[in-house]
Amino acid sequence: MSIQDPIQELFAIDRRQAREVRVLVMTGYGLNCEAETLAAFERLGAAAEARHVADVLEGGDDVLSGYQILAFIGGFSFGDHIASGRVYANRVRSRLGDRLGRYIDDGGLALGICNGFQTLVKLGVLPALGRTVGDGLAPQSASLVANERLGYRDAWVRLGFDDASPCVFTRGLGGQTLDLPSRHGEGKLVFADEETLEAVEAAHLIPARYVDDAGEPTEEWPANPNGSAGGAAGLCDPSGRIFGLMPHPEAYLDPENHPHWRAQEAAGELPPVGLGLHILAGGVRAVIDGL
Amino acid sequence: MPVHRLEIEARPGLSDALAESTARRLRSELAITAAVRTRRVYLLDLDLDDEGAAAVLERLVDPVAEVGALGMLGDPPGPGEESSWFLTIGLRPGVTDSVGRSVRRAVQDILGRDVVGEVYTATVYRLGGIPREDAERAARELLYNPLIERLTIEEGQRALDLSVPRAGAPRTPEVATVGLAGASDAELERISREGMLALSVAEMRAIEAHFAELGRDPSDAELECIAQTWSEHCKHKIFASPIDYTDPSGERRLIEEGLFRATIRGATEAIAAKRLEDQLDPADAPFLVSVFHDNAGVIRFTEADHLVYKVETHNSPSALDPYGGAMTGIVGVNRDTLATGLGADNLTNVWGYCFGPPDYDEALPPGLMHPRRIRDGVHHGVIDGGNQSGLPYSRGFELFDRRYVGKPLVYCGTVGVMPVTSAGRPGEVKVIEPGDLVVMVGGRIGKDGIHGATFSSVELDEDSPVQAVQIGDPITQKMMADFLAEAREAGLCSGLTDNGAGGLSSSVGEMALATGGAEIDLALAPLKYPGLAPWEILISEAQERMTLAVRPAELDALMTLADRREVEVTVLGSFTESGRLVVRHGEAMVCDLDLDFLHDGVPLPTLSARWSPPERALTEESVVAARLADGRAAELLLDLLSAPNVASGEAIARAYDHEVKGLSVIKPWVGVRQDVPSTATVMRVRHGRSEGIVLGEGIHPYYSDIDTEAMAMAAVDEGVRRVLCGGARIDRLAALDNFCWPDPILSAKTPDGEHKLAQLVRCCEGLRAACEAYGVPLVSGKDSMKNDATLGGVKISIPPTLLVSVLGQIEDVRRALDLTPLAAGDRIGVVGETADELGESELARGQGLVLDGVPRTALERCALRYQAFARVRDAGKLRSAHALGRGGLALALAHMTVAGGLGLEVDLDGIAGELSAVRTLFSESTGRIIFTCREEDADTVEAELGEHALQWLGVVGPPSGWLHVRHRLETVLGVGGQVLRRRLQRQGAQR
Repeated sequence: MSIQDPIQELFAIDRRQAREVRVLVMTGYGLNCEAETLAAFERLGAAAEARHVADVLEGGDDVLSGYQILAFIGGFSFGDHIASGRVYANRVRSRLGDRLGRYIDDGGLALGICNGFQTLVKLGVLPALGRTVGDGLAPQSASLVANERLGYRDAWVRLGFDDASPCVFTRGLGGQTLDLPSRHGEGKLVFADEETLEAVEAAHLIPARYVDDAGEPTEEWPANPNGSAGGAAGLCDPSGRIFGLMPHPEAYLDPENHPHWRAQEAAGELPPVGLGLHILAGGVRAVIDGL
Repeated sequence: MPVHRLEIEARPGLSDALAESTARRLRSELAITAAVRTRRVYLLDLDLDDEGAAAVLERLVDPVAEVGALGMLGDPPGPGEESSWFLTIGLRPGVTDSVGRSVRRAVQDILGRDVVGEVYTATVYRLGGIPREDAERAARELLYNPLIERLTIEEGQRALDLSVPRAGAPRTPEVATVGLAGASDAELERISREGMLALSVAEMRAIEAHFAELGRDPSDAELECIAQTWSEHCKHKIFASPIDYTDPSGERRLIEEGLFRATIRGATEAIAAKRLEDQLDPADAPFLVSVFHDNAGVIRFTEADHLVYKVETHNSPSALDPYGGAMTGIVGVNRDTLATGLGADNLTNVWGYCFGPPDYDEALPPGLMHPRRIRDGVHHGVIDGGNQSGLPYSRGFELFDRRYVGKPLVYCGTVGVMPVTSAGRPGEVKVIEPGDLVVMVGGRIGKDGIHGATFSSVELDEDSPVQAVQIGDPITQKMMADFLAEAREAGLCSGLTDNGAGGLSSSVGEMALATGGAEIDLALAPLKYPGLAPWEILISEAQERMTLAVRPAELDALMTLADRREVEVTVLGSFTESGRLVVRHGEAMVCDLDLDFLHDGVPLPTLSARWSPPERALTEESVVAARLADGRAAELLLDLLSAPNVASGEAIARAYDHEVKGLSVIKPWVGVRQDVPSTATVMRVRHGRSEGIVLGEGIHPYYSDIDTEAMAMAAVDEGVRRVLCGGARIDRLAALDNFCWPDPILSAKTPDGEHKLAQLVRCCEGLRAACEAYGVPLVSGKDSMKNDATLGGVKISIPPTLLVSVLGQIEDVRRALDLTPLAAGDRIGVVGETADELGESELARGQGLVLDGVPRTALERCALRYQAFARVRDAGKLRSAHALGRGGLALALAHMTVAGGLGLEVDLDGIAGELSAVRTLFSESTGRIIFTCREEDADTVEAELGEHALQWLGVVGPPSGWLHVRHRLETVLGVGGQVLRRRLQRQGAQR
């Protein structure tokens, strides 16, 4: 293995090992980030596969077994009609709920990005406090609602990370910041009640927060695009294996995706790959370590 | 059948997004301050029992963020609200209800069974603390569009309303015959006008003669089918007809082959021949892969992919229903690329709008919406259409002029990527054979969009038809697009065409040319509701539909795939060699038309054009001198930055996704704070590859007031310079032409038709000259030729407007440039002469000055200059580049200052010559590029560009961080970057 391999160097992933990591990217129904999500996992060496949700729903009892990471990608499932992720979550709950519950029980990982995050929250898969093996899917206890400054907005944001979080996707990112594109209209994280929020905070289930220029979590627009309390940008379950976030790590997969790449290059600071891969790499690494 | 009503609202304490945005718009646009709350209403016309409806409600309501009720939520008055008005706004019968469609899907998932019937949606706005007249005004001027919506207004207490807008009639009207035999000219004119056929008397006469020969009268469907096919929209008659042109000296010439062949196609063919002669391309791999015969042009890109590009306009529907009309514009043009060859995948969108001024304060003629409302609706329609389709946008612009109050121009375009081969076949070639099946895919047929093609070929008036507005449903189309890509890769489709203008009559009629005939049965077509006449089914422009040619052997596989993807697919008939388009409805014969007559029977009379340069009352010299005094340079610049055409549109543009797909390289907004519009945008086309596309455009409608030839050259020149600044290869440029014109045909309603047609001739000739000089073929285009509105007896015509959209290619996106200066100490240079060319410039119009001197483009000199520029750029000697355009050097310097955050130190002495500082700063002379380079590269740059009117302007990064401009040893401009930024954002913040 070449020492110059940026994947090894930046993410501590041995691509030969990563080949054993199977990722399912579910597509269709108005989801639309399949190409970049596949490309991002493939760049890390993982064996990523895109399948239409309909084919997954109609698959056999073991349709999810054999995968170690499920990617719930971004997009507009069913146009976000009714509310973001609502129709998709209902369909998955009705027709894949049992199998998804077992997949989680068996230690599978899942990453929800933007619409995928909204869907996981509405499915009850996040934060799923108090859920135990065999419970199936938990009831919904959080939601993502309209941004405080209304409307959809596409702009880059900066994230900071909580090292005390059990989240495997962000493990090792504590103390660093990461720039990612944010593109949503409904990203403000709210909880069913104060107790849920307190339990989430106590368990460090908010692994990623929007931070300001000083690197501190912020509720101020535009650094925080949606007004989420405490700058919450994502949420994981107590196992840390299920993680959802609003910004799009898969859309920073080439260094030239960064809005300041030309200035970074001029300053000799252009990274060899897009740094959004950090988030996906965390999942791939966790699977390799557990294999 | 029982109807269940579900109401859902935000949980108390959580924000109600729609209410907040509505309250804000009521305040800012109508000065009405109301307490607003909203509810979503779903009317389930599905024959459910109460238990089933309750189960549905439970799963539709967000348990954390919302509350809901079966029936109605309570209406307790809010604190301090003596009167509350309830405005319930739903859709009219038959109007596309895409949310209703999704709710219906959800109901099936929740109940675990299929349901029969429809779901209808509505919104309740509760407006508290305002009098009745304000509630009515809020409805009329902001919330409610009677063309597509129904409204009830109630005070205090609501009544349970379970009525649903079921569409359709129980009985299908029969095929009728239209009596043309022996009709007088007046009768023919009446039949055309009353039938919304937009056919001239000469055309009606040709049809009458054709059927007289056959010894019968046409059916209503035949006449409609011919009207659609012969419409200006579909047939481009003004561009196809011979033109008798008279110039100011009285000299006449005949453009016998028409403008399209003489200029547009002519330019492209000449360029193709020159490429061949110069051996620019390998013999088996010409740059132009497929042009002028498909839904969009196809050009060569890599060994794996071709590029497809098309820009459309959707002006009239956007005037009537801004949101739905514009959304249909974007998803409609997406279908053009999807249906080119065997199909392309959509890559990125572009948009551009010409509107009336947002602060328009004169009385509006009846039937017109305020430009601000049109603008808001158009933006949101294209935002939703693009975002929900998973397509980023690359380019966007807005221009404003009072003459666009009557008809807004709504340009929507799409770049597609076409696999060079799919399932072993060349991607650009349709391979339809006799016996292949005619298959309709996608949405169902309703009365939507009937007469869209003919309607766009007449002017807008108060009687414009309701049905002419179609509403797009991006999610249905997205599911169809995904399905089509799968079908293409599996080789299940041998050709396809979009059902756009003219519906099936156009799509089947066009595809029938491949084999020489087609026969279909309309009784097989799936309808949204019963009661459509056969002719309505034939020409409906209901959206999200494609017509496919499918080999009988592939049908089963196609149907199976469609079923799994929830896409409706119906066999309507087959392609034949009969030479006829035969349409039945069950047993009844609807249409039996000779294809040759249908496609080539339209008479093309010689049109008359007469050019006389406009006489303009120029502003008095003393007034000009005072207004443009050099001492006012800073003031003039700050005024310009806040002008609607110039001010940053970033706030609204960020509601359009520009990152999805993860391919962006130079985004629409650049600079340290990403708030400066980029000169050109660059994106990869495939992950893991370095090649990219570069997009830019030019549009200068104001110059048409002086000369349309200068306008055309300026538009091509700007588009080309923009993509060159972004890094595009100079030998792989292609362009699109979009003409939006006022009616140029002499008639009682258009007494100046000959002049407007002469403007068109000059525009086309300027376009050809520029494209040939720069070697840029025109690969797709579109014309919209009746952009006039007569409302309340007042005729408003748009200025002749040409949009040139340029598609460039870059071998390695890591070599792309933008306008942001990178480092203090870098040199600033400009190539190209600056002349006294301020006529209809942004400065002149902003200051209310009528000046002479429209920018004239020295094409040959520019072409050589750009070659040299590209060489220096490709040698890696440039660090940023920007095209000077509207607002001239002054705006370019402001953009660079804001983008770089480093300040610029500029001296005008070199480029000004005899010109004053203000004229130098604001001249809009074409052919100019400003750039920065390292100090140590300046000699090399000078060696290459020295012969191309190179002037050094100064350096990046004065200690002040300001934009600092000197002229003849005096400081004429000194402004801080933050001030410039705030001015640019000022207009944006008010939007």
